[in-house]
Amino acid sequence: MPYGPHTADDRARMLARIGIDAVDRLFDDIPADLRSGPLRLDPPEPELELTARLVALAGRNRVDLASFLGAGAYRHWTPPVVDQLLLRGEWYTAYTPYQPEVSQGTLQSIYEYQSLLAELTGLDVVSASHYDGGAATAEAALMTCRATRRERLLVSRAVHPHYRETLATYARGAGLTVEEIPLVPDGDAAGTTDLDALGRLLGDAERPVAGVVAAQPNVLGLLEEMPAIGAAAHAAGALFVAVVEPVSLAVLAPPGEYGADIAAGEGQPLGIPLQYGGPYLGIVACTEPLIRQIPGRLVGMTTDLDGKRAFVMTMRAREQDIRREKAASNICTNQALLALAASIYLAAIGPHGLRDVAASGAARATELEAALAAAGAPRIHAGAYLNELVVRVPDAGAVHARLLERGVLAGIPTAHLLPGEPGLEDGLLVCATEVTTTADIERFAGALRDELGASSTNGTAQSPVAGAA
Amino acid sequence: MGVVGERLQPTLFERSHPGRGGGKIPHPPADALARIPEAARRATPPALPELNEPEVVRHYVNLSQLNYAVDTGFYPLGSCTMKYNPKIDEWAARLPGFAGLHPMAPDAVAQGTLELLFELEAILAEISGMDAVTLQPAAGAHGELTGILMVRAYHRDRGDTERTEVLVPDSSHGTNPATATMAGFRTITIPSAADGGVDVDAFRAALGPRTAAIMITNPSTLGLFESRIGELLEATHVAGALAYMDGANLNAILGRFRPGQAGFDVMHINTHKTFSTPHGGGGPGAGPVGVRAHLVPYLPSPRVVREDDGTFRLERDGERPASIGRVRSFTGSIGVLVRAYAYLRAHGASGLAEVSDDAVLAANYLRARLRDAYRIPFDRACKHEFVASASEIRQRTGVRTLDIAKRLIDKGFHPPTIYFPLTVEEGMLIEPTETESLETLDAFADALIEIAGEAASDPAVVTSAPHEAPVRRLDEATAARQPNLRWRGMTGAQTPCPD
Repeated sequence: MPYGPHTADDRARMLARIGIDAVDRLFDDIPADLRSGPLRLDPPEPELELTARLVALAGRNRVDLASFLGAGAYRHWTPPVVDQLLLRGEWYTAYTPYQPEVSQGTLQSIYEYQSLLAELTGLDVVSASHYDGGAATAEAALMTCRATRRERLLVSRAVHPHYRETLATYARGAGLTVEEIPLVPDGDAAGTTDLDALGRLLGDAERPVAGVVAAQPNVLGLLEEMPAIGAAAHAAGALFVAVVEPVSLAVLAPPGEYGADIAAGEGQPLGIPLQYGGPYLGIVACTEPLIRQIPGRLVGMTTDLDGKRAFVMTMRAREQDIRREKAASNICTNQALLALAASIYLAAIGPHGLRDVAASGAARATELEAALAAAGAPRIHAGAYLNELVVRVPDAGAVHARLLERGVLAGIPTAHLLPGEPGLEDGLLVCATEVTTTADIERFAGALRDELGASSTNGTAQSPVAGAA
Repeated sequence: MGVVGERLQPTLFERSHPGRGGGKIPHPPADALARIPEAARRATPPALPELNEPEVVRHYVNLSQLNYAVDTGFYPLGSCTMKYNPKIDEWAARLPGFAGLHPMAPDAVAQGTLELLFELEAILAEISGMDAVTLQPAAGAHGELTGILMVRAYHRDRGDTERTEVLVPDSSHGTNPATATMAGFRTITIPSAADGGVDVDAFRAALGPRTAAIMITNPSTLGLFESRIGELLEATHVAGALAYMDGANLNAILGRFRPGQAGFDVMHINTHKTFSTPHGGGGPGAGPVGVRAHLVPYLPSPRVVREDDGTFRLERDGERPASIGRVRSFTGSIGVLVRAYAYLRAHGASGLAEVSDDAVLAANYLRARLRDAYRIPFDRACKHEFVASASEIRQRTGVRTLDIAKRLIDKGFHPPTIYFPLTVEEGMLIEPTETESLETLDAFADALIEIAGEAASDPAVVTSAPHEAPVRRLDEATAARQPNLRWRGMTGAQTPCPD
């Protein structure tokens, strides 16, 4: 074994002390008919060869393309100080701070994370226990059901489809009903949550609603009328869950300001690598009245016997290891290392830096919108957006595939993202952030102009571009 | 000198000094946000701290030094498997090809990660004796939920809708009953027998047409192999129920017992326990789930598929209609899974067998060394961990397990898991793991024996421990009664940007 310490002599001494002659004796309690033979796996691989294997595998991914992908995971520049600090073994090789006297580092860092996210969301209670945006949204929705003792949820169709699917999975288990709020099909508000439809869904007195879930910005990049959605939910006795993107909260109104009871979202944009979807950081924040419904670990400030300030896990009676089947959730994790990454990111980039990140994304997106429009792909929607937008591209799926061959990841075809949604058959959802360059935008627009020009002249064959994937 | 640093730190908010920091990214044009309607904008900037980079570094380095960690010392936290985390695994997860890949990237640009996942599924299927594995769940508890939702879907598909109960032993992890509740089942708790195993008679009495599943941890949370497991599995299947194995303790039985082969229908694996992905202060983990063939249709979507031409792709929406659906945003905790893959490759078949053998050997060695000073409630061959009890010490001296745990901090060790399982009075669950040397095991045993002596000779020094930590015992009652869960008092970054 590559990392084990024991010599043959060590093992012999241990066996002698136990009073047996072979380690096999310690497995005699496994019934003979249920014992397995040796594992059919490769032999151990020395680190030298393993590094080469891993480099080769990683090299088979293409991460050098001009990427305009967003939709729930975002490319950002992370100051190198974040990862340098995360690499300290005192952080990543510790566990849940069950012994607070020797875990003040982790405990204080979680308390600070709770505080930072409370500032960003405008809500007072933050849990660092959640896996990602989808799972956080599902847990937030379940909270509304426990708090209201109702069993019906309304979720906007402009919440990320993966979050809606995750919520549906959780809701089926819990025996809850989830219905979708449709989107406005056309006009100035096209692509945003249909407030009239929401009113009708909330108006069914026989089937009271526990929670209304909407996203800001929504999955099409558009800004929603969050105060109106919240007011409608509250008027019907329902709670309001806002699905948020944390960088945007540097410039957009925080959920606490527009009446959200719970904020849920994806913490990945705060200094966490894309890594094909995880591990990420689920954000869950709520108002104080909901404190007993929030799942996961909470860290509080307290004092020790000498009155010295210290931090400790608290309100543990909500949790599975104490309450078992009556717990608020089965969550045992706290995503401490990712919450730490988010905190270091925020501390390093600072409040002005975070605003600049959000505003730069908006500026780059403006540039992208203009370049794509000039190339023949105008925006589909009229409503306001921050840094993600949908452009109209005839035969978007095929064009997307051809652009990939030219080294451009042209976002996501909206027909895949929201199948069957009127008006989105020919759309690409594209995203810009502070790392989007003018050169990338020109490459995208240039390739798109070629493609659209080619299809308008009835399918002129394209010659492959040198260096394309 | 204590086992961790002594210098408590001010919070980030107290360290903040308006005007510090900045200069990390270029400023956007002044009108960048002009097209955002006023009503949607934030009126007051968030009150985030302002620090320059050296202050950030001092803050986090000093804070880190208040933590005990595997990299600083022995961490025998039972049930948690705090073994050495190989550094090559950290390096691998940070390779730009893995770290920089977008989760919605087309399959064509994700071939390296998809191949790794496909191969990792096959390795875990071999180890668990299962027919297929999903790597999606983000943690052990998330794997439990995934597994029990598949059980639910399986029964429903067969029109077997009366199965509303899940049987769980009283020594189980709290996540088991909490999971059953989340999946819409009622938990029936099964008592333990005198030998620490499941009470088979009570189990048979509870089993019936309403049973959807049993959830068994094997080896159990007492570190004991459930030697009547064959009987339990057979009775479960005769009753038409499915058997779920909580694989938290798989690290004890690699190459000795393959749960799927033995008859379990579904199990989860904690990569941070058995395959040494770091615990990260509580997370992230990953909780892959293995299933036998009859549950494959229900696996969460999307799965990784290998095409005939050797390329890989993710399943398309709706490709497998019986699937329980999506359990998270994207395909899995890939960064964690890359680490587990590297660990598995580095060990191979023989290394993994040695992992279990040495972990079990170390636990039994410690058990033998401690049996004169502490009560060992189940004094027979254990697996990777065992329970010692201070119940007799408490009777004699008034010193409790909590006190002994705190005194261990003074002696330079992280305490074991205490008061778990709930079924043992004054219990400590001790898990030494396979990566600790004989010298370390001996030093730890010596310390525990010394504390047992102190409990008799100088109980006050034990009950007032720790003495060598940055803080003494904490006021947890006030923390819960008057919760202070966030910093208040910063007024927002009102000053102009410093550069």
